[in-house]
Amino acid sequence: MSSQYDITETLDVKGQSCPMPVVKTKGAVDDLDEGQILEVVATDSGSMSDLAGWAEGTEGVTLLDQVEGDDVYKHYVEKTA
Amino acid sequence: MSAENEPSATETAGPEIDPEEFAALRERVEELEASVVETDTGDDGKKMTIVATQGTFDMAYPPLILASTAAAFGWDVVVFHTFWGLDILHEENSQDLKLSAVGNPNMPLPNAIAALPGMDAMATKMMEKKIDENGTATIEELIDLSLESGVDLQACQMTIELMDYDEDDFYDGVTTGVGAATAIQHMAESDVQLLV
Repeated sequence: MSSQYDITETLDVKGQSCPMPVVKTKGAVDDLDEGQILEVVATDSGSMSDLAGWAEGTEGVTLLDQVEGDDVYKHYVEKTA
Repeated sequence: MSAENEPSATETAGPEIDPEEFAALRERVEELEASVVETDTGDDGKKMTIVATQGTFDMAYPPLILASTAAAFGWDVVVFHTFWGLDILHEENSQDLKLSAVGNPNMPLPNAIAALPGMDAMATKMMEKKIDENGTATIEELIDLSLESGVDLQACQMTIELMDYDEDDFYDGVTTGVGAATAIQHMAESDVQLLV
């Protein structure tokens, strides 16, 4: 499934569970420039709630979208500052 | 090169200042000023202190998971390890933390059997296997992750001496030489304080 976003990087955390999807997303976002978008591909169903909570509580990131696919959860995070 | 506008600057500065360079410097100063403002707001960021007192395999996880996650939120995190919690940071002992088979009613074993020799080791093996299958990080991975994310993992000095440990026994990056007062100080400034 192609995304509507212009993705700069994709982070694959398939097979990893809490707290890895959030912690690794933070690390990957740190490496981006302002305005760039990270795609996070996870299999942990908890990542839906966790990444939303993380993005809400963290400055300089915006969660653009979360897509639930076949056993795969995709998250689109923009670095805004 | 406008000698007309800045004669004194040229005089005192000696070599002439290239206007382009000057403009670039001015821009850089503005950038830095903006970043100072950002840093100031960073100081108002959240803080968390966790006191980790338990040294069983299962109890090593909650403080490390919470600490690394809070660091991902940009929080300033201290985990103060004391008593058995010290073993989590002890390079050798942390590889050998055990799950207790006794006293956990959810274990599929009666306590009388769980108390037999070798049962703790067996329960630990089972848990390690499950953790591996589930894609859950190991304790060592979580320690590395926490340190990389800027979590301050502190080893209580009094307990180090009580247990006859050496400061070199701990993972690189662990803070030693700290006591209750250091922990209290960070707790007083923290938004979240947890005893695990």
